[in-house]
Amino acid sequence: MSSRGAASSSGGPQLGTSESSTRISKKPKYSRFTQQELPACKPILTPGWVIATFIAVGIIFIPIGLASLFASQRVVEIVHRYDEECVPPIFSGNQLAYIQSSITNKTCTKNFTVPKRMKGPVYVYYQLDNFYQNHRRYVKSRSDKQLRSKAGELDTSTCKPEATTGNNSPIVPCGLIAWSLFNDTYGFSMKNKVLNVSKKNIAWKSDQEHKFGSDVYPKNFQSGGLIGGAKLNASIPLSEQEDLIVWMRTAALPTFRKLYGKIETDLEANDEITVVIQNNYNTYSFGGRKRLVLSTTSWIGGKNDFLGIAYLTVGGFCMFLAIGFILLYVIKPRPLGDPAFLSWNRNPSGIMN
Amino acid sequence: MPEGSRQRMRINFRKLYSFICFRPIYEPGHAQIGQKGYSRVVYCNDPDHLEAVKLNYRGNYVSTTKYSAANFIPKSLFEQFRRVANIYFLVVACVSFSPLAPYSSLSILAPLIVVIGATMAKEGVEDWRRRKQDIEANNRKVKVYGCNNTFCETNWKKVRVGDIVKVCKDEYFPADLVLLSSSHEGGVCYVETMNLDGETNLKLKHALDVTSHLHDEKFFEEFRAVIKCEDPNEKLYSFIGTLSYDGKEYPLSIQQLLLRGSKLKNTEYVFGCAIFTGHDTKVMQNATHPPSKRSKIEKKMDKIIYLLFSTLVLIAFVGSLFFGIETKKDFSDGKLRRWYLRPDDTTVFYDPKRPSLSAFFHFLTALMLYGYLIPISLYISIEIVKVLQSIFINQDQHMYDEETDKPARARTSNLNEELGQVDIILSDKTGTLTCNSMEFVKCSIAGTAYGRGMTEVERAVTRRRGDAVPESVDGVQGLEGDAVDSGKSVRGFNFRDERIMNGQWVKRCDSKIIQKFFQVLAICHTAIPEENEQSGEIMYEAESPDEAAFLIAAKEIGFKCKRVTQTSISLCELDTENGKMEDRDYERLQVLEFNTSRKRMSVIVRNKEKKLLLLSKGADSVMFGRLSKDGRSFESQTKDHIKKYAEAGLRIMVIAYRELDEEEYKSWEKEFSKAKTSVTAERDELAEKVADKIERNLTLLGATAVEDKLQKGVPECIDTLAQAGIGLWVLTGDKMETAINIGYACSLLREDMKQIVITLDSPDIAASENQGDREAKASLESIRKQIGEGMSQINSTKESDIMYGLIIDGKSLEFSLKKDIDKSFFELATKCNTVICCRSSPKQKALVTRLVKRETGNTTLAIGDGANDVGMLQEADIGVGISGVEGMQAVMASDFAIAQFRFLERLLLVHGHWCYRRIAMMICYFFYKNIAFGFTLFWFEAHASFSGQPAYNDWYMSFYNVFFTSLPVIALGVFDQDVSAPLCVKYPFLYLEGVENILFSWPRILGWMFNGFLTSIIIFSLTTKSMIKQAFRRDGQVVDYEVLGVTMYTCVVWAVNCQMAISINYFTWIHHFFIWGSIAFWYKFLVIYGYLPPEMSTTAYRAFVEECAPSVLYWLVTLLVVICTLLPYFSFRAFQTRFYPMYHDRIQRKQYEGLEAENSDELPRQVRKKRHLRKTLMQRNS
Repeated sequence: MSSRGAASSSGGPQLGTSESSTRISKKPKYSRFTQQELPACKPILTPGWVIATFIAVGIIFIPIGLASLFASQRVVEIVHRYDEECVPPIFSGNQLAYIQSSITNKTCTKNFTVPKRMKGPVYVYYQLDNFYQNHRRYVKSRSDKQLRSKAGELDTSTCKPEATTGNNSPIVPCGLIAWSLFNDTYGFSMKNKVLNVSKKNIAWKSDQEHKFGSDVYPKNFQSGGLIGGAKLNASIPLSEQEDLIVWMRTAALPTFRKLYGKIETDLEANDEITVVIQNNYNTYSFGGRKRLVLSTTSWIGGKNDFLGIAYLTVGGFCMFLAIGFILLYVIKPRPLGDPAFLSWNRNPSGIMN
Repeated sequence: MPEGSRQRMRINFRKLYSFICFRPIYEPGHAQIGQKGYSRVVYCNDPDHLEAVKLNYRGNYVSTTKYSAANFIPKSLFEQFRRVANIYFLVVACVSFSPLAPYSSLSILAPLIVVIGATMAKEGVEDWRRRKQDIEANNRKVKVYGCNNTFCETNWKKVRVGDIVKVCKDEYFPADLVLLSSSHEGGVCYVETMNLDGETNLKLKHALDVTSHLHDEKFFEEFRAVIKCEDPNEKLYSFIGTLSYDGKEYPLSIQQLLLRGSKLKNTEYVFGCAIFTGHDTKVMQNATHPPSKRSKIEKKMDKIIYLLFSTLVLIAFVGSLFFGIETKKDFSDGKLRRWYLRPDDTTVFYDPKRPSLSAFFHFLTALMLYGYLIPISLYISIEIVKVLQSIFINQDQHMYDEETDKPARARTSNLNEELGQVDIILSDKTGTLTCNSMEFVKCSIAGTAYGRGMTEVERAVTRRRGDAVPESVDGVQGLEGDAVDSGKSVRGFNFRDERIMNGQWVKRCDSKIIQKFFQVLAICHTAIPEENEQSGEIMYEAESPDEAAFLIAAKEIGFKCKRVTQTSISLCELDTENGKMEDRDYERLQVLEFNTSRKRMSVIVRNKEKKLLLLSKGADSVMFGRLSKDGRSFESQTKDHIKKYAEAGLRIMVIAYRELDEEEYKSWEKEFSKAKTSVTAERDELAEKVADKIERNLTLLGATAVEDKLQKGVPECIDTLAQAGIGLWVLTGDKMETAINIGYACSLLREDMKQIVITLDSPDIAASENQGDREAKASLESIRKQIGEGMSQINSTKESDIMYGLIIDGKSLEFSLKKDIDKSFFELATKCNTVICCRSSPKQKALVTRLVKRETGNTTLAIGDGANDVGMLQEADIGVGISGVEGMQAVMASDFAIAQFRFLERLLLVHGHWCYRRIAMMICYFFYKNIAFGFTLFWFEAHASFSGQPAYNDWYMSFYNVFFTSLPVIALGVFDQDVSAPLCVKYPFLYLEGVENILFSWPRILGWMFNGFLTSIIIFSLTTKSMIKQAFRRDGQVVDYEVLGVTMYTCVVWAVNCQMAISINYFTWIHHFFIWGSIAFWYKFLVIYGYLPPEMSTTAYRAFVEECAPSVLYWLVTLLVVICTLLPYFSFRAFQTRFYPMYHDRIQRKQYEGLEAENSDELPRQVRKKRHLRKTLMQRNS
């Protein structure tokens, strides 16, 4: 029919009328979807909304900030750097030689006072600086298969150069992470009484249960030419070696703490605590500091004022903005429809963005 | 079909018919037959001839698909990897199998496969549709001579070169055929070529004399011939070949060629010999893929991708530099620095002894790692969004035309957003602004004006003067009750005058002249009447709509043209003596056809009384000079009327006749046939000269006025578009007066506008042309002078409120487009609000379009409906075809097809604006989210001594673009609306956001990128600062690599999704579902992934359930970080909407505050002014 065109006209009905009545109309079907008329809320940044939003953020944030700051303040934390102090003065020029030597006495005794009452459990951490546990070579240098079960013992391809011993028997656990296991130890005593440090339950349950096999025992570990870190008791399965499990959870950033153990008893204020540190771990070659940390926790975790301060700052800033906007509207109310405020009557750069 | 068509006529009417149609052409090309380019040999009716088999021409199977089953995979893959970003990802995927990769190869391969697979699936579905069409075309039936010496039906695809084919009425030709004979005596047939050139009129094709007797099957048993012709080519209007038959050679021309794609009309059947089949046919050779157009946004997006690539390379380089330095320090003087990395025993990637090499390898690793800066899913997301947007355009009920039953159609989805940035519309006039349905509205007979209707133009003039538009004019109402007029309106006829309608003309004193006048209308034409078998109504197949209008008018008055054969025309008319209707035959002796140089048409007939009559109609410019002395009795009145009609925007034809005496005719006829049969190059001129001799001494009868009706809603639409700051240029083939009138009618020109007219229609130019001024120096000078004058006119008026309209004719345009003055012409043209180019050819239209595009750098939209607009449509940034009545050619060449011009308003202001806004927002957001994510990786790197360790689990990262952030963006791209559709139309100035490209300007893009950068810093620094050393839970556990990854990633997912939530303007349940769903999906994914066995989930094993979720700190950090990342944008927008509102902010606000009714009137004027200023600004800059 369309071919008839305008040129073919007649007074009466056209040839195809009978067809066209039966033909299905091509008219698009109505639906709110295709006509783009779905019900919608159309948020508009009206002054009321803007101010209300800012105030709401402020009102929510300031209490959260105060609460977290308070919680953080309640946490008692003792941080003690010992890497410098524990090197005898004669080695101060050559700390590396001291730490690498097998004959030097690594024992080092320190005293400190508890500033405030520390309610148990008190967590004992070691903190390392400038240690790149997140280095790609380091992170990849482990064999999860091997750690998980005895069957994967030979799976050491990712562990080079700490994969096998000279005679090609696999190292268990292989890889750089395990090899560089932290080996400083701390012995705590208070008033000449030994303070018991529990090493149980310092690792994640899932790690112990699923990632480290109970049938996997250390083998050929630290037996090569170059000794990295701690040695492992070959008679205890990996799933029980919680120090190793903690260490194997690589840290995200070069400054990190790792859980050493828990002191289950409360520490009273002004208690004198003596720590006997076996300063074995070499951080001197890369200038890493070592710290011993004792800390309680609260609902927010350990001591860190940053979160509370950040919340307070953002909340305060929003309040400030809210007040600012209110003042702006009061001082400089823009009459609607005033053409002077149309962007095209302004400098074109005003339209940008 | 009336029995007349089967009549065999004794006279060989080739002599009788027009002198243009047939000629035994020996074109210069015929000498080349057999040479290069003319080597095709066809053995007619003998496709199995040994030689023919040897030639092995292609079959008639046609395939328009892009791919075949065999090459789909390689070819579509190749297409995919033509995009730079995809190549990058492919290379990354390949390299990811090497130890260089920072993450597992599967995790990078998976998203790439998803993305490429989705795109390929889309390609495949599209191609499958094309294939289905092909199958349909290839399996159509046609009768081919062959088996048992009869014609039997076969499929189109089986037609071979040399086959004799029988095509019946209203069937399409299966291949390019040489016409051998037809059901008509003399072997003529009519074809409709609408699919080829969009012309609706029928074309006459003519077989050679030697073959025209083969009109029965039995003749073909013996028939053998050889056709030698040109090789397949794309020229639709030329064909050169020879037919060897019975030892003689006969020339073949385009007159014998029936092209595939055209249709047989008004002829029972034809026999033809297939010479070009399948892809060799002219229509297929013509089927070049239209130029693929890309939108400006997409071009700019490429630049942004390159920018991101540079950023990527830069940060990778910086990382490698630091990595190299750090690695080198690890091992010096035999001392191990970071001994735990064993730098003494290492691979090349970390070798401190070869730090530069390690750094180089690290550079490659980093290129992969930071690949998240490049949004892998950007292209596919944009494509999905655009397809959905096209569906919205196709489905829009407001762009559906009841009358033609045609919805709008987006033929390409590439250019949706370009619709929102149109600066200049170049429009055709006929069929686009006007309906191209001619209506006979007025006539002047014997110095008396008839017809009381009011034209659109007159109405517009009245409106402008501020008068009330009279609903009906006197007398018309009185007629309403009459028999003929009762309620029934006749298409093409809008004539109301009780003085001559319903047979009343007989009572007029000059009834003789009126009778002659309408007889001329009914006889002097080349149309073919077709009777509807059911209703008995007669329709006319005419070459031009004007002619159809005349015939209908004649019929309505009482001169019904009933039948046309080659030699006679029979009218049903009133016998003035007895007052009864009777049939009268007129013997048609000659037709002197219309062409553009003659501007007139005549027929010579012998009436019942054996009187010889020459009936003539033509343009007023040529007709008045041909009147005899006594034939001018009412010349001055007629001229007056013509002037009035022209002012009313009507098309005018002057009607005249002459009585011939036998002697004169006989001698003239001899001369004429001699001229026609001459074999010289000047044959046409000769014939024209002879024709000229007899078309003299005419007697004036009167003039007709036909209205080219404006389409519905055109003036309103143009007005709205003007308010939107879009300039409109009209390019038309019409006369200047008509064009100006139409300009007024559709409010392109207004009374308060100043017109600048550039024309070469002055006496001295004409004189200099006559003197053979071939160089046309005088013309060039004249144009230069006129342009200069126009410029000074504009520059002299300081007031910017005055608007200008430029009107230029085709000849002047040709000069204006010449190299040295086109700059100044465009300077003038762009300063004018309206430009009308009249008398312009299709080629000029395309040229103007190209120049406008190039000179102004603006986005152009061409709109047209006919084959003559194809060049323009393809040249413009966007081509919009009117899918009205003038065939499909324009639609096929267009990017969007709409049924009515007025839909352009909605297409641009609503869909264009929305699509532009959506795509711009979407791309900005895409870059935002990938930069925000990519840079967190970089910050983490900086704290991992740039070793190439990603901050997150591999699968978190690879799902980022595919699952956690992709759907909300798509929802944004498909649904977002700043203001609703009615408001888009109500406040057209909103469109300026697109024209000025505010939403995709560099400041805005960079602003979003900066926002992404800022987000990444906030996420990384706040997360690490607040939860790094200390215990993050009550049970004393500390944060490790896995927990930090989860926390940061949670923040990223929240931040980018909430950013989306605060930046969209239109929140449907779909948005809610996608945005909050994406966030929820992240947690779900985390839980499920964490419960997979540790060998699969690696670092994500129980990370959420066991470690993060019970930690209050984790949730507090998330809240803090997310609010902090949203604050900058939120504050900025709060500030901006209040103090520097964008256009849509204003409208939203108004809408919200319910003040829309007020002061909306001032806006348009301001915008117009602004547009003017903008243009001057642009000029100065260029």
